[in-house]
Amino acid sequence: MSALTVENLTVSYGDIHAVKGLSFEVREGEIFTLIGANGAGKTSTLRAISGLLRHGGCVRLGDRDLEGIAAEAIVSLGMAHVPEGRGIFGNLTVLENLKLGAWIRRDHKAIAEDLDRMLTALPRLRERLTQPAGTLSGGEQQMLAVARALMSRPRTLLLDEPSMGLAPKLVKEIYHVIREINQTGVTILLVEQNANIALKLAHRAAVLETGTITLAGDSAELLADPRVREAYLGA
Amino acid sequence: MILAAAAASSAFSGWAFYLAQQSINALQLGSIYALIALGYSMVYGVLTMINFAHGDLFMLGAFACLLIAAFLPLPFVVILLLVILLIGLLGALIERVAYRPLRGGPRVSAIITALGCGLVIENLTLVNFPYAQRMPALFTSTSYQVAGLTISTLQLLIIGISVALMLGLDFFIYKTRYGIAMRAIAFDARTVPLMGVPADRIISLTFLIGAGLGGAAGMLYGLAYPVIAPSMGVLVGWKAFIAAVIGGIGSVRGAVLGGFILGGVEIMVVAFLPSTYRDLISYSLLLVILIFKPYGLLGRAPNQKV
Ligand SMILES: Nc1ncnc2c1ncn2[C@@H]1O[C@H](COP(=O)(O)OP(=O)(O)OP(=O)(O)O)[C@@H](O)[C@H]1O
Ligand SMILES: [Mg+2]
Repeated sequence: MSALTVENLTVSYGDIHAVKGLSFEVREGEIFTLIGANGAGKTSTLRAISGLLRHGGCVRLGDRDLEGIAAEAIVSLGMAHVPEGRGIFGNLTVLENLKLGAWIRRDHKAIAEDLDRMLTALPRLRERLTQPAGTLSGGEQQMLAVARALMSRPRTLLLDEPSMGLAPKLVKEIYHVIREINQTGVTILLVEQNANIALKLAHRAAVLETGTITLAGDSAELLADPRVREAYLGA
Repeated sequence: MILAAAAASSAFSGWAFYLAQQSINALQLGSIYALIALGYSMVYGVLTMINFAHGDLFMLGAFACLLIAAFLPLPFVVILLLVILLIGLLGALIERVAYRPLRGGPRVSAIITALGCGLVIENLTLVNFPYAQRMPALFTSTSYQVAGLTISTLQLLIIGISVALMLGLDFFIYKTRYGIAMRAIAFDARTVPLMGVPADRIISLTFLIGAGLGGAAGMLYGLAYPVIAPSMGVLVGWKAFIAAVIGGIGSVRGAVLGGFILGGVEIMVVAFLPSTYRDLISYSLLLVILIFKPYGLLGRAPNQKV
C-alpha cells in the first residue's frame, strides 16, 4: 500500500526549474529518504507535497489526490511537515508551540495525554515548557519541531534535513527519535544532505540531482553503490 | 520652621491635587489612544503592514454611534457592542477585498490602497455629514468629588470600558488558541499553515478585533469631546499610530503603553505650559524615545532568520 505517491512533480521559481518531473512512492510504514546536495530541490519537493508551493504533476496521500487542497487542510488529512530550519515560533513558549501543533484536534483529554507522553520522552522540553522557544538550543529546537509535528497525530511525516546544523551526537539522538516514531507506525519521508546517516536509517531511498531522481532502490543497495559512495559518502 | 514646612506641604498638596486631577484626564485620553493604537499594532504584527485606513475606522465608530442613537433608543452598552461589531466587520471586509489581493505584491501598493480606503471612508462620511455634528449624550453624566478630585461618570466609563477591552484582548492574545496563532503568524507566517492553522481566517479575525476596538475608541472619543467631524480620524489616527510606534509596533502591550504615555504627555504639557506647545513637546519627547529605543519601548527587532 502506498502512503504517498508523487508523480511527475515539477516546481519552478520564475525561470528556475527547481524540480523537473519527480516520481516516487513512499510505502505505508516505511522510512523513505531523498538524498541530494545543496540546491538539488529537496526542500522544494517537500514544500510542494505539503501544499505550500504551486506545482505541476500529481501528489496523492493514500488514495486521495491533494490537488487544490490548501496546506492547512492537508494537515487534517494526516500529514505533518517539519520544515527546513525547524520553523519554531521563537516568540511562543515551548508549550504554546506544542499546542499549536495540535490545532486540528479537539480531543482535549487525548491532547493532554500526548503532550505528557511527549514530554516524558523529551524531559529537556519539559524543563523549558514556559520558556520562549527561541531560547532553546538548536538540538532542543529540532526535538521541539518534531514533537510539535507529532501533536497533530500524523500518519505520514515529512522531515526536511533534521540533522542540519547539529553536532554528531545530537544528530544520532534525533535519528534515534525518528526511528522510534517510525516504529509506532508513522510513515516517514526524510530529505537529507547527510547521505550516510539517512541511508542507514531508511528502508528505501532515492538520489536527487538538480531536480531529477538519478538513482533509487533499497537503502542498503544505495549505500553500497559506488556512484553514491563517491558523490555523497566521500569514498 | 514648622510653619514653613506646613506651608510647603500645603503648596505641595495643591500642586499634587492639580497633578492628580490632570492624571484622570490623561488616563481618559490615553485609554482612547491605546485602544486605537492596538489596531495599528495588531495588524502590523500579522502582516507587517500599516493599515492607514484605521484612523478613519475610528472616526466611523463615532458616526456609527451617532446614527444608531438617532434611530434606535438602545442602552449604552448595546450601542457600544453594535459599534464594535459593525466597525469590526467593516475592517475585516476592507482586508478581504482591498488588502488580501495585493498580499505578496510590492509593499507600496498596500500602503497606497490603505490610504485610498481611508480617503474613501472619510469622503463618503463627508458627503453625508458636511458639517461637524453634535454627539448625543447617551446618558446623564454626573460628577463626583473624591478626596478633593472631580471625576465624572463619563470619565469612569471611558477609562473602565477601555481597560476592560484591553484586559480582554490581552487574555485573548496570550491565553487562547487564536491568540497563539496570531502571535505565531507575527513571528513566521510561512510556517503557520503547516500547523493546520488557517492563516487567512486568523488575519481576518485580527482586522475584525483591531477595527472593532478602533470603532469603540471613536464612540468613546465622541462622547468625551462631543463635536465630531469626518476629518477627526486623520489627526487622532496619526497620534495613535505614533503611540503604537513608541510602544513598539507589533506589540500589543506596547500599544497600550504608548497610548497612555502619549495621552499623559499631551495632557501634562497643556496643564503646565501654554497649550500651543502641546504637539511640539509631545513629539519631541517621543522622537527622543525612538532615538534610544528604535523598535519602540516593548518592540523587538524583526526576525533574524537563518
Ligand atoms: N524562493 C525561491 N526563489 C527562487 N529560487 C529558489 C527559491 N527557493 C529555491 N530556489 C532554487 O531552487 C533550487 C532548489 O532549491 P531547494 O531549496 O529545493 O534545494 P534543497 O535541495 O533543499 O537545498 P539545500 O540542501 O541547500 O536545502 C535551487 O537552485 C534554489 O536556488
Ligand atoms: Mg533544503
